[in-house]
Amino acid sequence: MTDVVIAGIGQTPVGEHWDVGLRELALAAVQAALKDAGGIKPQALFVGNMLAPNLSNQAHLGSLIADYSGLTGVEAVTFEASGASGASALRQGYLAVAGEMADAVLVVGAEKFTDTIGAEIEEAIATETDSDFEAMQGVTSAAQAALLMRRYMREYQVPANGFSNFALTAHANGEGNPNAMFRKAITAAAYEEARKLNEPLNLFDAAPKGDGAAALILTRRELLPSKAVNPPVKIAASAASTDTLALHDRKDMLFFNAAQISAGKALKRAGIALEQIHFFEYHDVFSIYAALQLEAVGFAEKGQGWKFAAEGKIGLKGKLPCATLGGMSARGYTGGASGVYQAVEAVIQIRGQAGKNQIAGAKFGLIQSLGGPASTAVSHVLQQIS
Amino acid sequence: MEIPRHWRLKGQRYGLAGEVCPHCEHKIFPPRDICPNCGGEAKEQFKFSGKGEVYSFTTIYEAPSGFDANAPYIVALIKLEEGPILTAQLTDLGDQPVEIGMPVEMVTRKMRNDGDERGVIVYGYKFRPALTA
Repeated sequence: MTDVVIAGIGQTPVGEHWDVGLRELALAAVQAALKDAGGIKPQALFVGNMLAPNLSNQAHLGSLIADYSGLTGVEAVTFEASGASGASALRQGYLAVAGEMADAVLVVGAEKFTDTIGAEIEEAIATETDSDFEAMQGVTSAAQAALLMRRYMREYQVPANGFSNFALTAHANGEGNPNAMFRKAITAAAYEEARKLNEPLNLFDAAPKGDGAAALILTRRELLPSKAVNPPVKIAASAASTDTLALHDRKDMLFFNAAQISAGKALKRAGIALEQIHFFEYHDVFSIYAALQLEAVGFAEKGQGWKFAAEGKIGLKGKLPCATLGGMSARGYTGGASGVYQAVEAVIQIRGQAGKNQIAGAKFGLIQSLGGPASTAVSHVLQQIS
Repeated sequence: MEIPRHWRLKGQRYGLAGEVCPHCEHKIFPPRDICPNCGGEAKEQFKFSGKGEVYSFTTIYEAPSGFDANAPYIVALIKLEEGPILTAQLTDLGDQPVEIGMPVEMVTRKMRNDGDERGVIVYGYKFRPALTA
């Protein structure tokens, strides 16, 4: 099969962008990606978004973003899989280009939280749960993470500060990312003194929600313009899996089955072993999710994901650098745009453009995006073209 | 408002009406017609006892719309005596601290405020500490 490559990337800073709407955010990312790709014209636009119908009363984003980006006429549609929406749009773009249904696809992840505030945002995010049997009980996504975290800490005797290194690492890395929502390292004391959101989950165990958009231009390697400014990055594999929608319906809640299956398929399709992965962009919207992903993918034993982080293995110079540009914990959680941000950041690492956050020899990167508590898991392996 | 939906789910909300799989005896809540244990067809009705224990719990301070008037409140994962786990609020706790493993039982309580003074009041299951006989 022909190589599908990421030929251009774009992103907006993540934050509370009160002054711009979803369409302006998307346009900024699209323009940056088109410029970065050096003149490739997309024939299709795939959007990843989770909450616009709820928070902005705006559905039909395919047509909206194509129209507002000056691309009227192209095929355009939204993919929704909660927090994995952007990664799902990327996967659909990959399939369209690999299957030669399109020569070039523009993938946009866009999310706008701040068109409303407080209880309405919690209600909207809770639509990612089982509406009849989870959301109707007044549970929130953060509370679900807390339920998992408490049980995990009990099962594996995790100390109160056992998850701190996820936030400490991410925030230290956020310093080097100009697009991150928070660009300042935090101390262990700050973590331990942080306000509890839902015990035992504290402020730093949950990623801050921010508006943002990120975009990618995908094409086939042989179609790249001869004068490309930036080195293309190959999508070596793409895979997706699902688990029960309701967390409580799982035989073992403390294992992210879909994360294991999608990562396993992706590695197999890429034809590489887990040990060949140089860095991992996980879905650290909650620290417990990051720990469970490390375990599901196979980097850590079951019940040991927190220890993998606590031992410093996830730092930029560690065994497996994670959240290398701040992750969701410091860059910010952009809902359905998250998977596209992950891809943009992985491309930056593989191109060698990560500045002071650059990790040495970043040839293969694994990115994994989750919808809810891994009710959906989408994995991609990105590869340097030598 | 979602009146048809609340009406449709009254068996589950008021009585924990579920199913039992005729093939493997697996108890199912909520009803889903395909047994999650063996994959066989399961349409046989089964009413749960409402007894169970706390599998995990947390407190919600920042609640979704419709629930914010009751915040803070405690949500839990309840492992029912018959096997399934469900998500529900804990109620009638008084000063009693919650612990994993605490025995609880189902009661019917007001679930949420519809934000519309003429709207339907949604009732459903919550769990309270089991009353000792």
